[in-house]
Amino acid sequence: MPQVFSPAMNAVARSSIIAAVFLAGAATIAFGALYRSSFVTQVNNPRPQTVPFSHRQHVAGLGIDCRYCHTSVEDAPFAGIPPTETCMTCHSQVWTDAPILEPVRRSWDTGKPLEWVRVHDLPEFVYFDHSIHVAKGVGCVTCHGRVDQMPLTWKANTLRMSWCLECHRAPEKFIRPRDQVFSMEWQPDEPQETLGARLLEEYDIKVGQLTNCSVCHR
Amino acid sequence: MMLHNPRRSASKILRGLAGGVAVLALAGCHLDMWNQPKYKTLAKSEFFADGAAARPLVEGVVPFQVTTERNPRYSGVDEEGAFIPRIPYHVNRAFLERGREQFDIFCAQCHGRTGQGNGMIVQRGMKQPVSLHDPRVKGMPHGYYFDVITNGFGVMYNHAARISPRDRWAITAYIRALQLSQDARVDDVPEDRRDELSGTPNAPAASDANGGQDDHG
Repeated sequence: MPQVFSPAMNAVARSSIIAAVFLAGAATIAFGALYRSSFVTQVNNPRPQTVPFSHRQHVAGLGIDCRYCHTSVEDAPFAGIPPTETCMTCHSQVWTDAPILEPVRRSWDTGKPLEWVRVHDLPEFVYFDHSIHVAKGVGCVTCHGRVDQMPLTWKANTLRMSWCLECHRAPEKFIRPRDQVFSMEWQPDEPQETLGARLLEEYDIKVGQLTNCSVCHR
Repeated sequence: MMLHNPRRSASKILRGLAGGVAVLALAGCHLDMWNQPKYKTLAKSEFFADGAAARPLVEGVVPFQVTTERNPRYSGVDEEGAFIPRIPYHVNRAFLERGREQFDIFCAQCHGRTGQGNGMIVQRGMKQPVSLHDPRVKGMPHGYYFDVITNGFGVMYNHAARISPRDRWAITAYIRALQLSQDARVDDVPEDRRDELSGTPNAPAASDANGGQDDHG
């Protein structure tokens, strides 16, 4: 029976073992980088929308409160995407012939809702509730970033479970007084640990429960 | 022929490996728990003709709190259709503060934080509303304010879908407080606290007092 492999193949076999380890490592690193990249997480990646709505213009420029449009954020799981009526409250008078607002006017005339692309799309086995976060002192900025500086809306955080758990394990590092929840610029005027520890007590936040599976998954 | 066998087994192993990777990849892309056959709020729908999962209210539907007889709490008017001259809630500090919060969210854009009608949207081209301190407006009964928020007035859209009835009354109460504050005189301030006022005596001290309130809000 003739030899299948020539002696020269020994070197190939040895080097391929090393190469395999190296390749596996490189693949792991590459996969990790891809997994964390904004290509996958969509963080800092503005989503194109039918109407190029600018939070910067409306929040920083005009001083409109988050709750003017996101009316149910304090009472419901869903913060609320405003109906066309909310846009038209001002835009029936202001910027009435702006071409970029044409879809808004068409929606108002036809009664067909505007279609927005969801920027924060959680998996459907997560039951996130805005109202409880707002009630316990989680600021809009904490999860959504400086929305008042976004000309188009993007995700400021991954919204991955590991990210959620950073706060669910140690909310005292992130919470703020209730009356500052909607502030875009609030900074603690005492050490966050002191403030956080006091607010945990005051708002009756039971940290141990926050990592129970059923808090977010049903 | 003998040479052929190892090659075949090698390609078999390769194919097995590829298959394994494919199975893993497919398992990784198994998204039916991510996207479940259910509607999230305001989701798109292929089932309903208008493409929206949220259904419009059936014509003639009323919120369940509202009785079929006219309830001033939800209409602002009495049986004769006259605006009621009272606020059908207990007005205390918490109620007024809720009113201020809601006023600053929904009204201040146009009416301004002090109700003068010089809000930011007015500065950007919205028709200027009459000042809430205008004698005619001030003379209107409480129910009138509730009615305007509920049904709109002139170019102002109705805010019934955005502001709950209770909050509309809270805003009404806060507008009354604003009206008082903008018309306040030094005599209204307890004598022992008049030192805290800045400005000239008997000028409306209200803008100072109210400015301070806003800062704390």
